[in-house]
Amino acid sequence: MRSDITFGQYIEGDSLFHRFDARIKIITSILFIVTIFLAKSLTAFALIFVSITVFVIMTRIPVRMMIKAMKPLLFIIIFTALINILWFKGDTLLVQFWIISIYLEGIFNAGIIIFRIIVLIIATSVFLTYTTTPLALTDALESLLKPLKLIHVPVHEFAMMMTIALRFIPTLIDETRKIINAQTARGADFSSGGLIKRAKAMIPILIPLFVSAFRRADELAVAMECRCYTGGEGRTKMNVPKTNAKDWIFFGVIILIGAAVVLLNIFLPVYTFSI
Amino acid sequence: MATVELKNVSFTYNKSMKNAKKALDDISFRIEGGITGLIGHTGSGKSTLVQLLNGLLKPDSGTVLIDGTDIWKEPKKIRDVRFKVGLVMQYPEHQLFADTVREDIGFGPKNMGLSKEEIKKRVEESARFAGLDPEVLDKSPFDLSGGQKRRVALSGVLAMDPEVLILDEPAAGLDPAGRREILGGIKKFSREKGTCVIIVSHSMEDMALYCDDLIVMANAKILMHRPCAEVFSEAELLSSVGLDVPQITKIARLMQKAGADIGLDVYTVDYAVDKILELERTKH
Repeated sequence: MRSDITFGQYIEGDSLFHRFDARIKIITSILFIVTIFLAKSLTAFALIFVSITVFVIMTRIPVRMMIKAMKPLLFIIIFTALINILWFKGDTLLVQFWIISIYLEGIFNAGIIIFRIIVLIIATSVFLTYTTTPLALTDALESLLKPLKLIHVPVHEFAMMMTIALRFIPTLIDETRKIINAQTARGADFSSGGLIKRAKAMIPILIPLFVSAFRRADELAVAMECRCYTGGEGRTKMNVPKTNAKDWIFFGVIILIGAAVVLLNIFLPVYTFSI
Repeated sequence: MATVELKNVSFTYNKSMKNAKKALDDISFRIEGGITGLIGHTGSGKSTLVQLLNGLLKPDSGTVLIDGTDIWKEPKKIRDVRFKVGLVMQYPEHQLFADTVREDIGFGPKNMGLSKEEIKKRVEESARFAGLDPEVLDKSPFDLSGGQKRRVALSGVLAMDPEVLILDEPAAGLDPAGRREILGGIKKFSREKGTCVIIVSHSMEDMALYCDDLIVMANAKILMHRPCAEVFSEAELLSSVGLDVPQITKIARLMQKAGADIGLDVYTVDYAVDKILELERTKH
């Protein structure tokens, strides 16, 4: 069960991407996503394609893992593509029957949207989820959101909540499996009957699961208080994140790609898209 | 009397993955009634074995026979096998869910499709075996103490009146009186109903007191399957696979070294007392 969840899963490694500062990775991933949507000309898309390919190779994560990450989003990709093909009105009419008319531009647009979604998924996987531990990610978020403390946003508490939530996902999956096994052993049947019967069959799983989540929360709170946890005030970190030259060079590269995409749109327009 | 038989059973976790781990390697044994203890170091395959017996897991190869019938002969009828082979998992009190204790204990019998009167009868009977007071039956299971919750969960399986009863660490985390009552209740249930019981435990003292035979597991295989006395007389072999013998057996070994031989197959205090008195008599 656990091994099926790939999207958003850290893959251990020692590539350059694994070693970049997580804060830089968050900022550059946002910049890169903006860049993906700035691209209008085919030449700009080509540049994005080349750079994402280089990034994927740099992470040394198998391509098969990248494809696996896309599986759960396959439906969304196909759905958006279909909508674009069927509803986009262009100049070159290809097919027309009943109320459906398909234009050449619609197909092009669908292709571009598929490309954007796929690059978006790969980019967030490469920049963040596959190469950054959840802990580093929440630490980085806390550090980036620090200015919000001035307006009394509890940034540390927010980051701590995220860390705890992420930490308990595998634990709860494990717990769920155990409870399902125990109720199955008592003859519970989850796979037959109508919708209402099936929903009712979930009760013997959901109630113990909620009870155990609350029990764990309670135990964790006690354990944290025993170790004198009082929240973010005056708390220091064991690993203080530091940026160095390689992080800033990477940051520069992403800015350059962004700038190049804008320039390519203006000066080398080949089949420019309006979306 | 119910029989449990495994023939050349193997099981591997995460078969297709790099970290594939053989949990059971060509296991065969046969149990006929009585109470059998299953002991082994953490990770020796005990829990896997237990889940294979009632069809929660399917063996990669080999057959699991209950009363001489292969449980996977008709995969669609695996639910009937689960009614026949009751399984009480570790910390079963974490799986309670119903509004009242009565309802929770009755969950299994209700799934079996029994009549209301029969369910009521079984709930009350199994609660008695697990040592629950009748007035507890109409309370919420979440208002009970940890030990009482454990008893509710145990009765939930006893109420299905299984022919084979498997318990994974039924007494873990309980005080000595609670251990005695729960294990004693299971023994009584087994004797009265003729149920074939398999208990997984790390407590050699409990095993010595309540089991007839022991199965010792090590490295995904069965090391020994013999009566308690014979197993516990092999202290060196047991310690080589990370297991221990009961305290009283250790004392018997020390006594033998000191020249007072009461035998090495001593594994309960009562038996040790008899032996020591016997030794006293022969001396005089």
